Amino acid sequence: MQIEKSLSLANPSPRNLTPGHKIGLSIVGLGLVLLLIALFGGLRSHVGLFLALALSSLAVGGITYAWFEYMNKPEGIKNNGVWHFGESSRGTIGWVFGVVITLFYIALYWFPEWLGQGSAGAGNSGMVALFDPLSILLKGQPASQWFVYGTFYTLAILVLGVKFIWKYRHNRYQQIRTFSVMFFQLGFAFLIPEILSSLNNTASFSDIPYNDFKNMWPLNYYFFDDYNIKAMLSPGSGNLGLSMLIWGLAMVFVVSPFLTYFFGKRWYCSWVCGCGGLAETAGDPFRQLSDKSLKAWKFERWMIHGVLLFAVLMTVAVIYSFYQKNGNESFWISKDMFIWGTVTLLLGIAAAVFFMRERFKHIKKDVRFLIVGLIVTTAGVIAINYLSGAKHVMFVESYPLRKWYGFFIGVTFSGVIGVGFYPLLGSRVWCRFGCPMAGLLGLQQRFFSRFRITTNGDQCISCGNCSTYCEMGIDVRSYAQKGQNIVRASCVGCGICAAVCPRGVLRLENGPNTDESRMESI
Amino acid sequence: MHIVIIGNGIAGITTARHLRKLDPDVRISVISAETEHFFSRTALMYIYMGHMKYEHTKPYEDHFWAKNRIELINKHVSRLDPDSKAVVFSDDSRMLYDKLVLATGSASNRFGWPGQYLDGVQGLYSYQDLLTLEQWSAGLKHAVIVGGGLIGIELVEMLHSRHIPVTFLVREKSFWDGVMPAEESRMVNEEIRRNGVDLRLSSELKEILSDEHGRARAVVTTDGEEIACQFVGLTAGVHPRIELADGTAIETGRGFLVDEYLETSVKDIYAAGDCAELRQSIPGRSTIEAVWYTGKHMGPVLAQSLLGEPTAYQQKTWFNSAKFMDIEWQTYGFFPKDPQEDEAHLIWVHPDGKKSVRIVYDTSSQAVKGFNLMGVRYRGEICLHWIDSATPIQTVLENLSLANFDPEFYRQHEADIIQQFNQQSGLNVKLKSKRSLSGVFAYFGK
Ligand SMILES: Cc1cc2nc3c(=O)[nH]c(=O)nc-3n(C[C@H](O)[C@H](O)[C@H](O)COP(=O)(O)OP(=O)(O)OC[C@H]3O[C@@H](n4cnc5c(N)ncnc54)[C@H](O)[C@@H]3O)c2cc1C
Ligand code: SF4
Ligand code: SF4
Repeated sequence: MQIEKSLSLANPSPRNLTPGHKIGLSIVGLGLVLLLIALFGGLRSHVGLFLALALSSLAVGGITYAWFEYMNKPEGIKNNGVWHFGESSRGTIGWVFGVVITLFYIALYWFPEWLGQGSAGAGNSGMVALFDPLSILLKGQPASQWFVYGTFYTLAILVLGVKFIWKYRHNRYQQIRTFSVMFFQLGFAFLIPEILSSLNNTASFSDIPYNDFKNMWPLNYYFFDDYNIKAMLSPGSGNLGLSMLIWGLAMVFVVSPFLTYFFGKRWYCSWVCGCGGLAETAGDPFRQLSDKSLKAWKFERWMIHGVLLFAVLMTVAVIYSFYQKNGNESFWISKDMFIWGTVTLLLGIAAAVFFMRERFKHIKKDVRFLIVGLIVTTAGVIAINYLSGAKHVMFVESYPLRKWYGFFIGVTFSGVIGVGFYPLLGSRVWCRFGCPMAGLLGLQQRFFSRFRITTNGDQCISCGNCSTYCEMGIDVRSYAQKGQNIVRASCVGCGICAAVCPRGVLRLENGPNTDESRMESI
Repeated sequence: MHIVIIGNGIAGITTARHLRKLDPDVRISVISAETEHFFSRTALMYIYMGHMKYEHTKPYEDHFWAKNRIELINKHVSRLDPDSKAVVFSDDSRMLYDKLVLATGSASNRFGWPGQYLDGVQGLYSYQDLLTLEQWSAGLKHAVIVGGGLIGIELVEMLHSRHIPVTFLVREKSFWDGVMPAEESRMVNEEIRRNGVDLRLSSELKEILSDEHGRARAVVTTDGEEIACQFVGLTAGVHPRIELADGTAIETGRGFLVDEYLETSVKDIYAAGDCAELRQSIPGRSTIEAVWYTGKHMGPVLAQSLLGEPTAYQQKTWFNSAKFMDIEWQTYGFFPKDPQEDEAHLIWVHPDGKKSVRIVYDTSSQAVKGFNLMGVRYRGEICLHWIDSATPIQTVLENLSLANFDPEFYRQHEADIIQQFNQQSGLNVKLKSKRSLSGVFAYFGK
């Protein structure tokens, strides 16, 4: 097909940059220039003022741009030119974005001194130093590269969240859920943890661990780490640490199963989660770049469930070695109780699914995979118990194992590839292929949830908008055109497929949790 | 058995898919001169507007066809030879069939306007039309679109998306008012104007003027007005493509005439989709329904007949949908745009003028006959159920929330609609059910 060539004949979708757009972009530019100057060692006096100026330029400029982009046009779907513009179609600008963001992540994780992070007692310089005043204000300590990152991250979700809300100002579902991710990012991920650590300077606390209350194991893979558990149980954290531990456990075992049952995994992935929040706001211009092929789906299933399996076993291993080091009986439950409790839980779920298999007529194959997966996990847990010693878990040292997981999954995948590659692979690469939390919630969504996307009878015209704009790479059309509902583990319930459908075919719904009602239209 | 299908649109492809589903052995060949693979014609506009690329409009991945052993032949058929059961390609090669399906679709109407074949003048139907449109769009200063139907407004929106100034000539007094009731039609007029398009109602094309290179330079309307432009879109409807009947005994009307088994007058030759004309339709319904759903509904039935299990095609209760710039439209049930004797229309229009709900019912039996919805989505299954079972208007209104298919958190207007009904009728109907999927299942007794 000669399409690309012929399409380049005309100037498809000339950009309509009004003076307002340009003013917005210039203000953003000013903020970026200030940050660059700081990065290269400038702006050493009036630091607080310059920081305020830089951050507010990014915010004001971004919001100005968004206003002129959406608010003086009629309400409606705004996808004109998406595949013509370079930034949203893997063009040159897209690649430049990708490289710049990736470099930022590389600096952040491995070369923080490039950003000006002071080491070995030295003070900060460069861009990190620019953030000192804000950090001191919030928690009474100089900034770190993580503080800089957290600030950028939050700012991106807030500013681009406003942009997204305006883009979808005809769609209350989009508005409310975006407001929700903005709220959780600002409050739960940014302000509360910083303020909590500022309490450490007061008389009653000395050792409150860093905690993001909405971040849940297994996304938060260090939750059960030696240092984290110790910190949560340490007297210096007062009762706060203990409540973090209890809340963390309650999230995983009570809150999440409950909400996922009623609403699907969307309650977390596109209403609460920070990774999801960034993907839905900053990542929105790139959602269409996800791979929709069957091959990608197959890869996804092995990948994400592999990561989940690994995350579970690694956590068991870490807890196991915690017991080895600290004595088997020292905590609420003993090591044996922990190991055999886990085994019982896993096998219990497998047995329950097996006995309920009649309910899952439409998804027999998935049931088989789930049961095999649970048995493999159980075998892994038992192997850990018998093949491990004080220092090693199944002949591998457990802390290096965890470090490698942190390196590959926690850092490289979620940060560098997950965000750095937004403009190349789409906005939810991490959520789709790498997030153990998404894997876990996805399994529940597939088997035990009232959530589905309903197809409106025969109205589908197979146009493909839904599939194209599904950030999770789900071929929504393949179901809609057959009149089938969409019940997919990976669906994060962003609702964009339903929004862009020009024929009103799709609706996100919670209904009876029966196999028939979920799989087929009425 | 070898079944040959001419046309890889929704009609031809649905037939092919169902043939394979029913019979693993039958040999299936699908011929098309347009594109190698099936794509969604309804999505042509989105390619031009940059919402999608061509590859996104293909409902099946390219490996699907080989896997399902559906042979694809990207060639033009120039004529049929029913006596030797062969199709003849334009390169004179031939292919033999045991059974033949004509699914050749439609072509744009050109009503003999002077200048209708100039450069820069075209309809919008095929993939090739999209390519030429792309070519004429380069440096385009002004475009004129002629014909106020569904494809016309799509073409207007397409050009408008690229900031090309458009004049829209509509012959009728109001947009598509042959089909659309007055309120809805007016709403679309306003939507078109709101987007800054120069909409000319009651305006007809007289001729298209040429520049020295044979390219359109202006149109002249029947009022004698000359409008300068470098592109003219002719979207005054489509007609079935039946040129393959030439030189054969296949009877044609406007389309290939078919019986209820979709067989033409020549044995073993069938027709489906846009190009098929039913000898007999449901009273009031057209014998040619050139919409996506026709092909989609005929395909499965035809596949059975082809495999020796004659199955009659029955027109389903009418439904359709479209989008007029940013206003979505859905309709369920077939009804004339103006109330007939014994008919009443309940029409509710949102104050912002972008949403409306119309419910048509019979004044003597009270049975609901149809829904016309602008900017509001209703659930097809339940609307069609109400129509098919002649549910009285009061019952429908009491349960109207069950029909609401708008996204979560959207404001619901069912209470306002009922209030309007109560004011008009003096009755006191109350909303009984809340919007909920479980409620819908319960309503259906599931
Ligand atoms: C821009 C546009 C938007 C539309 N939007 C909607 C909509 O929103 N909803 C709706 O219901 N309908 C819509 N329609 C109408 C709908 O697309 C058609 O009704 C439907 O595609 C017809 O399908 P078909 O399979 O009968 O024919 P087609 O899709 O036309 O397929 C026929 C194929 O046969 C090929 N062919 C014909 N003759 C020969 C030959 N001699 N040799 C080789 N190949 C041949 C043609 O090239 C073509 O590829 C739209 C149409 C257009 C053009
Ligand atoms: S299927 Fe729809 S709701 Fe689910 S992730 Fe894809 S676009 Fe979002
Ligand atoms: S966007 Fe709507 S009409 Fe288009 S393929 Fe998807 S469900 Fe069908």
